[in-house]
Amino acid sequence: MTQRKRPSIFMENDFTQRQSGNLVAQDEDDDATFTQPSTSQVQRGLEKLTPAQVDQKTAEVVQYFLVKDQKKIPVRRADLVKHVVKDYRNIYPEILKRAARTFDQVFGLKLVEIDPKNKMYILVNNLETPERASPINPKMGLLFVILSVIFMKGGVVRENLIWNTLKKLRVDPGEKHEEFGDVRKMVTDEFVRQRYLEYVRIPHTEPIEHEFRWGQRADAEVSKAKILEFMGELHDQDPKTWIQQYREAHSTPTSSQASTSSSQR
Amino acid sequence: MSRQMGDNHRRFLQTMMVNGIIDEHGARALYQYCCETHHTQYAPDKLDEFIDTINSRLQPMFMQIRKGMSEDNGQQYYALVNMAETDITRMSSDYADNELELFRKTMDLIVGSENGKASSTDILNTTDSMTTKKLKKSETEHLLSRLVHDKWLSEKRGEYTLSTRCIIEMEPYIRTMYQDQFKECHICRNIAFQCQICENPTCGIKIHNPCVARYFKGRSEPRCPACDDFWPHEIPAHMRSPSSQQVSINRTVSTGITSSPTRRSEMARESRSTLVGLWSCLK
Repeated sequence: MTQRKRPSIFMENDFTQRQSGNLVAQDEDDDATFTQPSTSQVQRGLEKLTPAQVDQKTAEVVQYFLVKDQKKIPVRRADLVKHVVKDYRNIYPEILKRAARTFDQVFGLKLVEIDPKNKMYILVNNLETPERASPINPKMGLLFVILSVIFMKGGVVRENLIWNTLKKLRVDPGEKHEEFGDVRKMVTDEFVRQRYLEYVRIPHTEPIEHEFRWGQRADAEVSKAKILEFMGELHDQDPKTWIQQYREAHSTPTSSQASTSSSQR
Repeated sequence: MSRQMGDNHRRFLQTMMVNGIIDEHGARALYQYCCETHHTQYAPDKLDEFIDTINSRLQPMFMQIRKGMSEDNGQQYYALVNMAETDITRMSSDYADNELELFRKTMDLIVGSENGKASSTDILNTTDSMTTKKLKKSETEHLLSRLVHDKWLSEKRGEYTLSTRCIIEMEPYIRTMYQDQFKECHICRNIAFQCQICENPTCGIKIHNPCVARYFKGRSEPRCPACDDFWPHEIPAHMRSPSSQQVSINRTVSTGITSSPTRRSEMARESRSTLVGLWSCLK
């Protein structure tokens, strides 16, 4: 199984007010325009502002996320600070913490950091969905098929396998599909932009070939356990018979449904 | 005062976020579905309280679920509106500056018109006086269809009106920006675009078409409620709201969230078997 960076859950599902503890990420900061303020700096910053001002700024951050997330575009911390947080950057961690709490308590969404290096965030549905394993929307259904193939094959597949799979389902990437339109574009562009898939060039291939992997949003949103369950039904087998996949599906907290992992990064 | 928000409220809100606007029957069905999915108490007559709870938590974000009437069918709708900016710039994330200018010009035409409509010809003609980068004919047509798709405008037979969602969301903006021009319905006191006007030159009150239907229902001789002159316009038939709940919920429920409880397990089974069918091709 290929090594992947697992997305981290930014905020715990904890409604109680946290006491000062350092909420700031300890990792290296490569955002050239922004240095993460220390806890004491945040405290000092808060003292200079009225609650109303902080609430207003939190509201703006929430709005910004909701608009971006509607299009499934991840939010970059650099953009957030530049366009929304602006003068309040000295209390940035506090604002983000409050925004995360709002997403959880009001919207039932979880703020997830999908890229610790580049500081990118997405919103993921936090509500228990009973039918998550069988999506109804055709596009999601197709995506689910692709994700299943990748997962069962160990996490990475050459693109031809995916195209052949789709062809067998009468979804030909070379032709314009009635429902999906330009299938190749949907899979290699739309799904990739939304971070459901990764489409990476395999070096030294002629003609150029790519491979598919799960994207960061898929890691955060789709339950591997459910995929395995579905496979089990399909083949009339116990999911445990796929030892490797079963182990993977049930080891990491983010791969099972309704995770209440409190891993703070 | 506000009760705690539960997952039933959150699911309702998430669905509203995807759809933007929902009719009253859809709202009731969705409310029921959300409560049943999350095993919470469901009281059919408490929809407005349920929404109030959500609104009390949305208020700090300058968002609200507001109720309004459709000028076309007189039905009540619930729309999730953004009140942070009292200007159309809240659309600026989806539209370019010149597209927003054209939308403003279209709104000018509609507000200034007697029948609350703007023809596509008139809209195309206004591009001549644009101050930002002029839109070509094809670009204008494409923009108009996007605005209809995003539920800001409605179109019928080449004429454009403000959608119900647009009216509910922009009412405060319109009242401010078009202070002297906008019309108000004499019966319901809300802003009015498609309406009938009293012919008496000293009166001139306006009434929404559905409000006319409701107010004058059954009267043999309709008279203006303000000046008592004979009301000369054709009284539209009073439309009863459709009682079919099934229709609304199927239209409104979004991707990944299923239909009303009675059909939920059916649809889940259906979709599962579709996927199984797909997969068995590969075995």
